[in-house]
Amino acid sequence: MAHANAAYMDPPAHREIGAGVYNEKLGMWVFLGSEVLFFTALIGSYIILRFGTPEAFAEPGGILNIPVTAVNTFLLICSSVTMVKAFAAVHDGDQKGLKLYLVATVLIGATFVSVQVFEYVQLIHEGFVPSGYVAGSHFAELAAAGELPANVNIYGSSFYTMTGFHGFHVTMGVICMVYVTIKAFQGKYTATDHRGVEVIGLYWHFVDLVWIILFTIVYLV
Amino acid sequence: MNWLLPPGNSTFAGDIDFIYYVILVITGIAFVIVEFGLLWFVIRYRRRPGRKAYYTHGSMKAEVIWTAIPAVTVVVIGVMSGGVWNQVKGRNAAPADAMVFGLTAKQFEWNATYTGADGRLGTADDFVVRNQLHVPVDQPVLIKLATEDVIHSFFVPNLRVKQDALPGKTIDVWFEATEPGEFEIACAELCGLGHYRMRAFVTVHTADDFARWMAEQTAAAAAGE
Amino acid sequence: MATSAPPIDAVHAGHGHELSFIRKYIFSTDHKIIGVQFLLLSLVGLFLGGMMAMAIRWQLGFPEGSMPLGGIFPETMVSGGVMLPEFYNSLVTMHGTFMVFFAVMPLLVGVFGNYLIPLKIGAEDMAFPRINMWSFWVAVIGTVIMMAGFWVEGGHSQAGWTQYAPLSADPQWTGVATGQQLWLLSIAVLGLSSILGATNYITTVVNLRAPGMTWFRLPLSIWSLFITAILVVLAIPILSGAAIMLFFDQTIGTSFFNATAGGQPILWQHLFWYFGHPEVYILILPAMGMVSEVIANGSRKPIFGYHSMVYAIIAIAFLGWIVWGHHMFQSGMNPTLGMTFMISTMFIAVPSAIKVFNWMGTMWRGNLTLHVPMLNAIAFVAMFVIGGLSGVYMASTPVDIYIHDTYFIVAHIHYVLFGGSLFALFAAITFWYPKMFGRMMSEAWGRVHFALTFVFFNLTFWPMHYLGLQGHMRRIYDPSQYEFLQHLSGTNRFVTISAFLLMVSQVIFAANFILSWFYGKKASENPWNDNGLEWSTPSPPPHGNWPDVPTVYRGPYEFSSPEVEEDFLPQHQKLPGDLEPEAAGRGS
Ligand SMILES: [Cu+2]
Ligand SMILES: [Cu+2]
Repeated sequence: MAHANAAYMDPPAHREIGAGVYNEKLGMWVFLGSEVLFFTALIGSYIILRFGTPEAFAEPGGILNIPVTAVNTFLLICSSVTMVKAFAAVHDGDQKGLKLYLVATVLIGATFVSVQVFEYVQLIHEGFVPSGYVAGSHFAELAAAGELPANVNIYGSSFYTMTGFHGFHVTMGVICMVYVTIKAFQGKYTATDHRGVEVIGLYWHFVDLVWIILFTIVYLV
Repeated sequence: MNWLLPPGNSTFAGDIDFIYYVILVITGIAFVIVEFGLLWFVIRYRRRPGRKAYYTHGSMKAEVIWTAIPAVTVVVIGVMSGGVWNQVKGRNAAPADAMVFGLTAKQFEWNATYTGADGRLGTADDFVVRNQLHVPVDQPVLIKLATEDVIHSFFVPNLRVKQDALPGKTIDVWFEATEPGEFEIACAELCGLGHYRMRAFVTVHTADDFARWMAEQTAAAAAGE
Repeated sequence: MATSAPPIDAVHAGHGHELSFIRKYIFSTDHKIIGVQFLLLSLVGLFLGGMMAMAIRWQLGFPEGSMPLGGIFPETMVSGGVMLPEFYNSLVTMHGTFMVFFAVMPLLVGVFGNYLIPLKIGAEDMAFPRINMWSFWVAVIGTVIMMAGFWVEGGHSQAGWTQYAPLSADPQWTGVATGQQLWLLSIAVLGLSSILGATNYITTVVNLRAPGMTWFRLPLSIWSLFITAILVVLAIPILSGAAIMLFFDQTIGTSFFNATAGGQPILWQHLFWYFGHPEVYILILPAMGMVSEVIANGSRKPIFGYHSMVYAIIAIAFLGWIVWGHHMFQSGMNPTLGMTFMISTMFIAVPSAIKVFNWMGTMWRGNLTLHVPMLNAIAFVAMFVIGGLSGVYMASTPVDIYIHDTYFIVAHIHYVLFGGSLFALFAAITFWYPKMFGRMMSEAWGRVHFALTFVFFNLTFWPMHYLGLQGHMRRIYDPSQYEFLQHLSGTNRFVTISAFLLMVSQVIFAANFILSWFYGKKASENPWNDNGLEWSTPSPPPHGNWPDVPTVYRGPYEFSSPEVEEDFLPQHQKLPGDLEPEAAGRGS
């Protein structure tokens, strides 16, 4: 069967005209449409709750560590760049570049997740958990002293749920990216057929974009 | 007019029921057209050997007609409903001279709060009666509806009143009873194990009766403290 | 096969070889097998949901009586033969849950989406057969999680299928912790299954239509399944997100929906109904589409107003996104908003009416063959109209004040979901059964089943309108508690007995379904003389559906065309004057 030919990058032959893209790409677009609505549910709830009880949210930087997360955000943006590079490489038939940039993307993605885990550990240690403050913790004392909001239940709820689900998406992305990287090392992607690279790339850019929104509305405002 | 619906004993019950009957007539006509039309077609056009069906892909004229008629009809129903809705539940729908009561739901009872002599809620002379809401007839009543735990729904079938009670909020409900009597309050929103027996009463008194009852209760409440 | 560049390597790798039993019938990637798997799974769900309804009806009809078979339940559910209110609330919750998520939705979308889409558009299989297989097995996992809730300590969720917070958000209000969490987990898992399935459907319909199968030659069943898949992709993630937030409220102490900690209980309702109303159309649009196929076939006439049927489907789906507030008129939301939602809701009556009149137009001057699928399809139209018209009462905000949360709503939803969707499913199952299993179902028993179901359905649900108008609240364990409901005990008993008879009538359907599988008359390729592509291949179709993808020359409803002698003209049949799709101006 003549599968590994350029026809795959085009819509299937001998069909009515469809979306003009191959199945995997169309499927990923549809799936990402679904993801948009998922994050809309979380982010929309956050916005409604924040407008409902603005006093339950700390000032930017009051609880969350903006510098560390800013660096992390920069890392994730870099990983989108390496992803673009990987795609460009395979498109030009540069197998070495493909492998290099895929590995870079995996590593940066994993670093992002690790930094997020580190951030969670720090926050929990200092007394900020999904249900608000831990009694007797550092943050609880600051709150008692009037330097932080008296009650941050909703803040904790939405912070952990939104960033947690984003982190989960990045983790899933890294796992899929490892799979794609292994296939790249096996030489499965060619200049004419590299659907796996393009499709995981779409997902990766989407996750990146969601993070930029989350970073802005959760950390900066 | 009380067909199918129980007697309505509040000022707006008649308006609500009227819309109901208007819709009943309109949907009744649509019902008859469609159901008898289907029945007629099944009989008239049932299969006969050697006959071929009339070959057509439709008619623009027919489509326009059966798009326009329902559209106009629902707009009419919508406009009529809008007026009554505003009268019952619109912002500041409650008359300014309404007498104020508190009603707080909790699993599984209704606690009515009375203002006492000063006519205001939240003062020291307030008193609470469990599952008994006493109001005067022909007098607008404003109820401050709240709940201590989950969502409940304040439902008095005979007054055509229904309003959910939301945790963390106080919601205004008003009505004006038109006849003295005792009416049941039910909880209309699933609220747990005892939802089915979350029953209470609205007692509508004549003005004199109400004054007497109020005096007794106020005295009793004062004595109890 | 190589010449047509099949989109699916996984399936065709095994093409020509004998697959093992497990690969062929258990972990199959064939859309037809997956459709049948969904069929069997969801018929079980339908049965369980029905049995729960029977228990509910027993309690309402005979509140004091000791329940038949009550002894088989543990003391925590049925004590001394009498059902406990906790168990009643669980049953109410799970009846709704099962019927919506484990019966009607998988029957319409899982079964017929899978079975019909590739066959009717002329594709060998779905775009992603392996993801399709996963979509089924993830649904099985969701079902197992949901079922487990009955056996855990504290019993199953008691918060209603709508799961209104804070009742559902904190175990202290119902005493249910684990069951409640399993409910939410199951819904999230099931959501993943639906999204995988719908992604597949959309890709398949867009990219894999046979040459000549242009958008306006698509059968209405495919149009409606396609639009439904879009609704699934956009609505289900909202429910998943909401369910996860509620799950966290239950487990890790978040307070999204907990007012005492600053959360907003009404936010749950907005999220739930923002999903919930599109869900209503997920549960009816495929039914409408399949009924259109059967009515055209039974009337031996082209669908009246094909284009307006398509636009009506799209209009319903679009309007479905801006009406969710009509479930919340009495929830304390802004009254002006209530007004807006009333107007948008009213307008849904318009495309619904268009569809009904077009079905009638199709039957008008037809040559009506009243086979069993046709009878059920006509019943669909007749019953859906009642459900649609009773919807106008609720859409009218002032009338809704009185009838909201009463049996009038229960009557309405059952006229739409049972009278509507389920009659459509009886039509669809009996219509496509010969294609699925290669055998005909019994026509005579089909008629008996139809007649009994139609009669007892109406005897069960019509009186519920009356109960509702008398103020009978829904979801109450014992109506005899209230003075103003005393006079309704006779009606309640009548409804209960009708419901039992309705359930018993389904035995005929079950027997017909099972026995025909083994003893039914062998089905020919095209037993209904229909035009769709699925009838151009043997019953049941082989793996890959056709040796070569068929070419389409016309729309799906060319019945009684003057061009041919017979009263049908299949989509793939080439007449002398027909051009090949490429020659007719197709781009690629
Ligand atoms: Cu209640
Ligand atoms: Cu709705």
